[in-house]
Amino acid sequence: MSERISAADVAKVARLARLDVTAEEIDRMTSQLDGMLEHFADVDALDLSEVTPMTQPFALVNVFRADVVRPCLDRDEVLASAPAAEDGCFRVPPIGGEG
Amino acid sequence: MSAYDGLPGDWELVVGLEVHVELATTTKLFSASPNRFGDEPNTNIDPVTLGLPGALPVLNEQAVELAMRVGAALNCTIQACTFHRKNYFYPDMPKAYQVTQYDQPLNVDGHLDLPNGVRVGIERAHMEEDAGKSTHIGGSGGRVHGATASLIDLNRAGVPLVEIVSRPDIRSADDARAYVSELRSILLAVGASDAKMEEGSMRVDANVSVHKPGTPFGTRCEIKNVNSVRSVGRAIEYEARRQIDLIESGDVVRQQTRHWDEGDGRTHTLRTKEDADDYRYFLEPDLVPLVPSQEWIDRVHAALPMLPAARRARLAEASGQAADSEAVTSVVERGQDDFVLAVGQAGGSVARALVYVKEAFAESPQVPAADLAALTLLEPAGTLTATQAKAVLAELVANNGGDAAAIAAAKGFEAMDNSALEGFVQDAIAADPDAWQKFCGGDGKAMGALVGLVMKASKGKADGKLVTALLNQKKG
Amino acid sequence: MAAPARATPPTAAAVAAAVRSGATTAAQVLEQHLAAIAGREPEIHAFNLVLTEQARERAAAIDATVAAGHDPGPLAGVTIALKDNMCTRGVPTTCSSKILDGWQPPYDATVVNTLRDAGAVIVGKTNLDEFAMGSSTENSAFGPTRNPHDTSRVPGGSSGGSAASVAAGFSQVALGSDTGGSIRQPAALCGVVGVKPTYGYVSRYGLVAFASSLDQIGPFTNSVADAALMLDVIGGHDPLDSTSIPQPHPSLRDAIQQGVEGLRVGRITDLPAGADPDVQERLEAAFDALRAAGATIVDVEVPAFTFGLTAYYLIAPAEASSNLARYDGVRYGLRVEAADTHAMYGATRAAGFGEEVKRRIMLGTYALSAGYYDAYYGKALKVRRLIHDDFDRAYQRADVLLTPTSPSVAFKFGDKGDNPFAMYLCDTYTIPTNLAGHPGMSVPFGTGAEGLPVGVQVLAGTLQEPVMFRAAAALERSLA
Ligand SMILES: [Mg+2]
Ligand SMILES: [Zn+2]
Repeated sequence: MSERISAADVAKVARLARLDVTAEEIDRMTSQLDGMLEHFADVDALDLSEVTPMTQPFALVNVFRADVVRPCLDRDEVLASAPAAEDGCFRVPPIGGEG
Repeated sequence: MSAYDGLPGDWELVVGLEVHVELATTTKLFSASPNRFGDEPNTNIDPVTLGLPGALPVLNEQAVELAMRVGAALNCTIQACTFHRKNYFYPDMPKAYQVTQYDQPLNVDGHLDLPNGVRVGIERAHMEEDAGKSTHIGGSGGRVHGATASLIDLNRAGVPLVEIVSRPDIRSADDARAYVSELRSILLAVGASDAKMEEGSMRVDANVSVHKPGTPFGTRCEIKNVNSVRSVGRAIEYEARRQIDLIESGDVVRQQTRHWDEGDGRTHTLRTKEDADDYRYFLEPDLVPLVPSQEWIDRVHAALPMLPAARRARLAEASGQAADSEAVTSVVERGQDDFVLAVGQAGGSVARALVYVKEAFAESPQVPAADLAALTLLEPAGTLTATQAKAVLAELVANNGGDAAAIAAAKGFEAMDNSALEGFVQDAIAADPDAWQKFCGGDGKAMGALVGLVMKASKGKADGKLVTALLNQKKG
Repeated sequence: MAAPARATPPTAAAVAAAVRSGATTAAQVLEQHLAAIAGREPEIHAFNLVLTEQARERAAAIDATVAAGHDPGPLAGVTIALKDNMCTRGVPTTCSSKILDGWQPPYDATVVNTLRDAGAVIVGKTNLDEFAMGSSTENSAFGPTRNPHDTSRVPGGSSGGSAASVAAGFSQVALGSDTGGSIRQPAALCGVVGVKPTYGYVSRYGLVAFASSLDQIGPFTNSVADAALMLDVIGGHDPLDSTSIPQPHPSLRDAIQQGVEGLRVGRITDLPAGADPDVQERLEAAFDALRAAGATIVDVEVPAFTFGLTAYYLIAPAEASSNLARYDGVRYGLRVEAADTHAMYGATRAAGFGEEVKRRIMLGTYALSAGYYDAYYGKALKVRRLIHDDFDRAYQRADVLLTPTSPSVAFKFGDKGDNPFAMYLCDTYTIPTNLAGHPGMSVPFGTGAEGLPVGVQVLAGTLQEPVMFRAAAALERSLA
């Protein structure tokens, strides 16, 4: 196995992505992700030093909107589909630490 | 004069400030719901603000215009730029990423000159979107700790911000305070923001460290939640002393984000750098680059109003006062300098007008410049005493103008001619020869007794300054 | 009522013409399709939701418009199925994920507004691989869709429900989204036409994002002419999408009137191997057909084509990891209660997302994280540039390129095992087009193994849809 990613990496990434994972899932994901990253060896073999990254499939610049108000969404309609609401707000459990 | 005590020993303070400013647009940075403070919670919301599936951002052109004004006013280079996503989870950040500028911000490499001449470098002034607001309920005092739930209001989410990042060029709490108030004046002057710290439309984070001159900078802590110009100085001063105490007791400063508590006047740990988030910045694929044309940049520069520093210099020159004097800085800060100068244009005394305006007008003066000009001439001419002039000024303010001479006459402030005054002075010397002797011998207090006699005899109409002059003249 | 014959479906253009002239009614057209749905939908499961009553009301309104002497638009009475990742106001939009189960968007996607304005009748929301991540529609939280040609086989994916809907006659046309082949591959497997336009051709506003720099909406139809009609209607600038191309698009219905005389059709000599012989045989037949129609076949090289899959499987998950972070249980969708907000996030997302979605979120988060960005995401963006530039060089020598759409005909459920990469290989031929931002389409071109449909992929350069459609129309004509 190429060992591009460790179980500890996977656990850290799961925390960053806010996905609770079991120990068994960490094991499975570690081997699956490692298997996928192995394919990247082909790309690693390329000399890309002179290549500019491509970030836009169709080059546009300066796309703006005018600073004009359009109708807002109805608060009641929006809060009706929220898991919990109170006093016109979305209600969440205590925010606490960084988890 | 410093408002703060300064640091003990030969410690030097090193401060860089990050100031978030909400731009005075009508709508949000990337969507068409109102950018308005104080509305009912969650009423200024749209699919983009809520981070609904499928919603896409479109950049507000006016936000760009205002951000460019900030850059121009801070002597920045305005450049082609891009937007990135800064990924982190927090319930008031609806998409779980903030759209901000990363390695290519709009404004870079500027500077701001403090009234005392200190130049503070501006590293960058970039555009980004604001988060919503969380209210913590069930605990004590709306704090995060001990709360049983939080309520999320997204009205502020997506409001356009400019984050102005200074270089670590600030060396005292006074200068930090001066920086914030100068920056605020500039933002108001260019119309970029209402810059109200109490409403959160201007928010200051301070990066504070201490070191001994000639040695490398110390480890810095970032202080958040500094909500007034006054607390900028207090928080920095407190934090510097905390760091010095740590070092002097053999401990080390750890890189931290700390929270300023206005109530107890201390900073508290929010989080240490060890558990810092990994923001996974990458280019925002839903937006395209912003490439301001040279013509647009030139237009922004050409339309900039005269900035506070230049206005202070102009007023200082015209009034003979120092540019960083209290009168000049406060009148410029309140935007009343044009009026003061207009009084000079109308033939009045700029020096007197500066004093009157500083004292009598909180907002923009409604009195015609010519009316105030007339008053500025009466007092130095000896026609009115300072007390009388103040009374006339109050009347002018109350009535939004009027004829100063007529008001003075109506109040019975007739001019006292010099021969009558001469008589009162002679009488006073005669009435208290003892005081006269002492006065001639250089006793300042004795002069007061003589002036008092003149005032009594003239029923307060005598000009104190003129009386003093006469007394000195007679002393020879 | 018996299901209508599928042999000679009328075109969408013919349906619209008949409804506009009053020769038939939108209601009659709709009932035919509803009858087809009643007949085979339980077996096929193309839909997450069939909008029977709303569609009937809508058809009645269109008929009333015609009766009043007004024109309901170019898609008058044309029934359409929408992939369930396009927002429909007040109608659940699930992305086939538990995390959005029951959510009713408070707004319509731009394409939905456009379709209504054109007189189309939306019959339902179609099944997909969760958040469009997959190539078989097996990754749906609501169960797989079956291929109408053989229900033991997959319809392809991720827009499998939309492809199946058109193939089974449940709707005249359908919309899907294509991030790495999710329109073209199921079109090939279900024997219908499927188009991924140039990036920016159709508004993405209201399309639930998978990978923002790759996603495009496009049509499934029974004919190339219908695909041209659909794109003529849904293409165009949208001020709500910053990446929407601001110039007007030429009429594709006009373009397909032209033949392929003198057209240069490219054969990619260094195309990655892996297509089954039956598929390869149909591709050769396609080259022959275009040569016979007057085109010239030229050899071209696209060396970076082969790196497409690897680059895609870093870029798409990276963008997805960010796009899917908003499903946090705060404002809409599923929430699993927990003691604090961060615990609630972890529990909600673990319960709401399926296996494949989690895998891609993990991979994408990793590729963007501190210390790995340059090694993975940064490099993948450079490979993307290579692919784009290689294609552009090829398009200097050829007007269009032909490749297989899918390496194989529709495969059986469970055939790819639990090796994710085996499934990813389904998109070998479609992915590079998304990376380049170019248009591509799949045209049914006969059958292969077990008599199952085979699609040929026609590729062209940026905004070269007219020439792509000319070649596609010629292929279609050659079969007639
Ligand atoms: Mg900052
Ligand atoms: Zn910021």
